[in-house]
Amino acid sequence: MRKILLFGMVILTGVSFIARLFYLQIYESADYDLNNDNAIRKVFHYPKRGYIYDRNDSLLVANQPSYDVMVIPREVEPLDTLMFCDLLKIDRLKFLKYYKRAKRYSPRLPSVFLPHLSKEDYAFLSENLRKFKGFYIQKRSVRDYQTSIGANVLGYIAEANAKDIKKDSYYKLGDLIGKQGVEISYEKTLRGIKGVKYIQKDIYNRDIGAYKDGAFDTLPVPGKDLKITIDSELQAYGELLMQNKIGGIVAIEPSSGEILSLVSAPSYNPNLLVGRERSKNYTTLYLDSIHRPLIDKGLVRMHEPGSPFKVLVALTALQEKVIKTNTNLFCSGQYVYGKNKRTMQCHCGGGYRNLDSAISYSCNSYFAMAFRNTIEKYDNSSQSMDIWSDHIKSFGLGAFLGNDLSVGKKGNIPDGSYYDKWYPEFKWGATTIISNAIGQGEILVTPIQLANMTAAIANKGFYFTPHIMKAIENEEIIPDFKIPKQTSIDPKYYEPIIEGMYNVYNKGTASFLKVPGIEICGKTGTAENFTKVDGVRQQLTDHSIFIAFAPKENPKIAVAVLVENGRYGARWAGRVASLMIEKYIKGEVSLKRMEQLVIEKSLENEYLKPYSGKPFKINDQ
Amino acid sequence: MNVIRSNSFQLDWIAVIIFTTLVIFGYFNILSASTSGEFTSYLDITKPYGKQLMFMIGSLILITVILTVDAKFYERFASILYLGSIFSLIGLFVFGKQINGATSWYDFGGLTLQPSEFAKFATALALAKYISDLQTNIKERRDQIRAGILVGLPAILILLQNDAGSTIVFGSLFFVFYREGIPQYYLLFGVFLTILGISTLKFSAIATNSVIAVLLLFYQFFIKRKKKKFRGTIAILLCSICLSFGVEWAYTKVLQKHQQDRIGLWLRLEKDPEKLQAMKRNISYNLNESEKAIRSGGTFGKGFMDGTRTKGKFVPEQHTDYIFSTVGEEWGFFGSSMVVILFVLLILRIVYLAEQHKSQFSRVYGYGVASILFAHFLINIGMVMGLIPTIGIPLPFFSYGGSGLWAFTILVFIFLKLDSNRLNVW
Repeated sequence: MRKILLFGMVILTGVSFIARLFYLQIYESADYDLNNDNAIRKVFHYPKRGYIYDRNDSLLVANQPSYDVMVIPREVEPLDTLMFCDLLKIDRLKFLKYYKRAKRYSPRLPSVFLPHLSKEDYAFLSENLRKFKGFYIQKRSVRDYQTSIGANVLGYIAEANAKDIKKDSYYKLGDLIGKQGVEISYEKTLRGIKGVKYIQKDIYNRDIGAYKDGAFDTLPVPGKDLKITIDSELQAYGELLMQNKIGGIVAIEPSSGEILSLVSAPSYNPNLLVGRERSKNYTTLYLDSIHRPLIDKGLVRMHEPGSPFKVLVALTALQEKVIKTNTNLFCSGQYVYGKNKRTMQCHCGGGYRNLDSAISYSCNSYFAMAFRNTIEKYDNSSQSMDIWSDHIKSFGLGAFLGNDLSVGKKGNIPDGSYYDKWYPEFKWGATTIISNAIGQGEILVTPIQLANMTAAIANKGFYFTPHIMKAIENEEIIPDFKIPKQTSIDPKYYEPIIEGMYNVYNKGTASFLKVPGIEICGKTGTAENFTKVDGVRQQLTDHSIFIAFAPKENPKIAVAVLVENGRYGARWAGRVASLMIEKYIKGEVSLKRMEQLVIEKSLENEYLKPYSGKPFKINDQ
Repeated sequence: MNVIRSNSFQLDWIAVIIFTTLVIFGYFNILSASTSGEFTSYLDITKPYGKQLMFMIGSLILITVILTVDAKFYERFASILYLGSIFSLIGLFVFGKQINGATSWYDFGGLTLQPSEFAKFATALALAKYISDLQTNIKERRDQIRAGILVGLPAILILLQNDAGSTIVFGSLFFVFYREGIPQYYLLFGVFLTILGISTLKFSAIATNSVIAVLLLFYQFFIKRKKKKFRGTIAILLCSICLSFGVEWAYTKVLQKHQQDRIGLWLRLEKDPEKLQAMKRNISYNLNESEKAIRSGGTFGKGFMDGTRTKGKFVPEQHTDYIFSTVGEEWGFFGSSMVVILFVLLILRIVYLAEQHKSQFSRVYGYGVASILFAHFLINIGMVMGLIPTIGIPLPFFSYGGSGLWAFTILVFIFLKLDSNRLNVW
């Protein structure tokens, strides 16, 4: 016993030490993570964000340096505040406020004192900076817009918020991230990859050199330049035409699916979202609940398509062989249907209508008949409706297009089960849902879907997914956009339809919109719409809708226009479409009077009506 | 028995190899812990690693001298060495230099020496000489007291210089007394006092003594054969009550604030977890950082010279008392376990060799060496890993410092010299 006491104690101690080491180093310790070691400071080097060019290689978005005044409160020495405030164009109260904020964050660590100094202020300040110990200037790179158009397309960048950071650990507080438009959909391409330097810190938070001589450091990878499909001249022209109106224009090149212009009105100058006034401007834009300038209306505004949809109803009826091109119908100015002799009004003027003249004069009765025949083709209307729905959906309606734009809406194309759910007891039939025949009822589309549908008609049966990206650093990508998507309609049925659409311009509802020298095919549309003001559903002046493509042979442009509350299709949307087509194909506009009329027209009164608090009339101007 | 000259250098190579390994590994850890930025030369004597290299060369000279001197010298001159070290300790009150609150250093123009380090081997030698004296019988109380004074004198001198840690090391010589045959009740008393002390501080004197009273009553009525004799039981109870309040009194009145805090933190006397965290950060800042460094080492460590917390100087005093945290961070579980195992092997080897000796002097001295090494090993590594309260003493062979390295070298090599000579007639 006397001999083994020390012996035993030594062994016992050794064992308990190893047990403790095991507990500390193996049981309790997670794997060593360089990124979570507070003895290591990570310094990021931000790469150049990629530039954005339009389809004709004109530069739209570049970068500019932005200068933030930084402060390390502990190093600040008594200073001439008056001079300092003068240089920064702030007052003393603000100076104290910012200084206290920085000190509260940390007296030892640098924090932003004043962001986004203008170039002139920067020049003056940097000359005098040595007088202000503890302050220094940090350069950052922000966007420099070379244009004032296309804000909705180009989007903007802003500091990553908590949600972004949680979603992707690449982003740290203060990093910039794309928030809208191309900036968000091509964020990873544009941003590049930031470089990181690991720096060993000491206990006083001072840098004492590179960690492992920089073995883990990485160099920044510059962001790639992007060439987008937008024609900036056409885009600018579209925005000009749409001024003082709410709505959208989507123009697509049918042979490629490239989006030539994507106008959302009203828009804003993208430069508003850069610089020191950014958050103030953003709030103003965000709070404008009437015009919603931050919403891309060409992509997300869902509405009833109205008469342009009749073209698809006709194509479906032809494909299902329930009408022929020479099928006639006598229109009496109304279409009577159902047991109770319900009626649908028609404004075509009446008389015998065949397919061609039904399209040109937009005869409701004819398409009600065509739709009814399609749905009554089989005994089971649900089955017929499914077939009809599949045909319509093959034009890219009722689903996301799968494009490279950051926002979108599915719209709605009902099928058999949709109505089975609506009418579980009642045996519904074609007449129950006859409104769909003229693009109303349960049909909802977005302007880009309409434009795409128009492109499919122009191509006689196929379309390319509309897209905004043309090339990344001159290297073409995304093969899916190069594969044509076939519609389920036999190409031969397009001929009479296109002829009908041509006659819309030639002699029909858009005959006063003719553009000399260009054979345009189009279709007018008018859609009823409602809004809720203070919980009360109110009908508003009809939307003006128009689709068109040109030229008739080898179409170069397919366009869909929505002018909200524009009363009827040919009135504003049609004019805009004609002008856009002429601008794109000829490069200049000859219809000067029409152009002037459109540019000068403001629908502002129309938009303010429901908010006036007084009873108002619709469709009165 | 024949005198075989060549036996003079029959060293125990196992001990020598372990010693050398520890010193060299220690040097590399000091190098890592004290390199900051501009590394110039290994011989840069403005830096701890440069000095340590000098100290190691000094050790080598000391080893040569120790091994050359005749083994008998150490027994003969034990008393003189002891007296010398006592005087050097007393001299500190006049000429001493204060570093970190303790007046334990002589300053010879840049070279500082710490006599308390050298007092350890001198005391061990003197104790060995006293116990092995034919006239001494350690089983007798008179001789126990004398031997106790022998150990207590330097211990108290060191305590007066405000170096409580080193004083505790002298307590480890209890193992020597116990091995040489002091009665069992000393050990029992020691264990009892330890348990009583911890329990008193943790739960209060009243609670502790109530439990002891209940246990004693149980013993009295159910186990003890002579149930009617109460005197012994009552004496134990009274004794424990006195001790218990004594401990409380000593804790609050004798101990300094920082010592109270360290013990308080170790026993987790503070219940509020937030306050406890705050205490961890403030009072045992070093310990907190050293535990973090060790933890961050993980299984295999971050590699030599790559410890981020070591490089950032997050652990104060890392190259001296907290050197083991560098081992933990840079060499991981395997490296630090290796160090623990080497220490255990070295101490056990010394105990084993001591037991082999026929000469009582060598045996007692060997035991003394093992006890002192054990005390340092237990206290230092235990402290760095947070197993025992913070007590600032160096880790033998590892911690930076000339006095420490030289004193431990002398301590170990005198024994190895004695050991190499064990077959010789005295």
